[in-house]
Amino acid sequence: MAVDYKALKSGGFMRQVQKDHFSMRLKVVGGNLTTEQFDVISAVAKQYGHGYIHLTSRQGIEIPFIRLQDIEEVKKALEDGGVFSGICGPRVRTVTACQGDRICPSGCIDTYDLAQDISARYFGRELPHKFKFGVTGCMNNCLKAEENDLGIKGGLEVSVNHDDCIRCGVCVKVCRENAVSIQDDEVTVDYDKCNYCGRCVKSCPTDAFIGESVYILYFGGTFGNMIAQGVEILRPVKDKETVFKAADAALSFYDRYGKPSERFRKSIEREGIEKFREYIIEKVSPSLSENMGGNE
Amino acid sequence: MSDRIIAEINEIKEKIDITHLVCPMTFVKAKATIEELELGEILEIRLNDGEPVQNVPRSLKEDGQKVLKLKDNLDGTYTLYVRKDSE
Repeated sequence: MAVDYKALKSGGFMRQVQKDHFSMRLKVVGGNLTTEQFDVISAVAKQYGHGYIHLTSRQGIEIPFIRLQDIEEVKKALEDGGVFSGICGPRVRTVTACQGDRICPSGCIDTYDLAQDISARYFGRELPHKFKFGVTGCMNNCLKAEENDLGIKGGLEVSVNHDDCIRCGVCVKVCRENAVSIQDDEVTVDYDKCNYCGRCVKSCPTDAFIGESVYILYFGGTFGNMIAQGVEILRPVKDKETVFKAADAALSFYDRYGKPSERFRKSIEREGIEKFREYIIEKVSPSLSENMGGNE
Repeated sequence: MSDRIIAEINEIKEKIDITHLVCPMTFVKAKATIEELELGEILEIRLNDGEPVQNVPRSLKEDGQKVLKLKDNLDGTYTLYVRKDSE
């Protein structure tokens, strides 16, 4: 039977140790799949694989032991059930996310919504090397934002409505940065210390603390052969449009300066972090000079 | 602190000490005790510094109860006053 090598190239088929067998990678966004999709995956793994699936390190699913000659049939069976192949190679990979504020009481942003938008905009885009996006909902960082090429972490920018405050003192205790104190019978926030974790907002019994969602961006993280933490070069941004502008800018920098098979982090380091910072700021907010500082 | 809250705290219905418990039993014990109260009644909870004082007030809020006051006992424990606002 004819093998569609083009389909193979696009990357969802991970060559196995066993000749002519592939571990088929599936498209997953933000770690969510419907039970209907699970049923289809289960049926395919039973019929064409070895009756099990593998959960990858980045919230993906692979079906091992798909034979070369079955690939087209398998792809069709999956697609008919609303399941699509994933990718590998020098492209934007699976967009990962924690459950975010739709589910998790700690969540500060809608991670799933953002992950879907990012995936719709960038998934599969070709670049000098692999590129990973990850979205985590809060400072607990379950999704490990800083190990992604572009990691996004939710936070809350807080303010206090003093009329609603009962001086109960809970906020002072829950703040791990010692940014909240009660001085002269009034709650005071030291914004130089605040790290946007939002624990004061979540704990305040009278909702006197008000939080506005922010996105904290980390560029150039990698946790494979090379290990480096993503760096925060912009102050937290308040809207998704700016997140996308920053992501567009990061990918265009990588396209322009990255060498083939060089990770984003290497490109940034070779060209210089200052040059990268200026490049991003120019594209994101040419007029907003207060964004220059970063938060380091 | 308003006079109203002070007045409320003076009418404590029940007292518990959860300093010997760890998460999640700290919250479970508080929740179970509140379930026995009538709406509007006040529970006084003695709890440890650290994880309990950071998480129990928040969990009670998320459960629909009203935290009125947190008092530092200056001995590594705190006293939390909670009003039952939700069944």
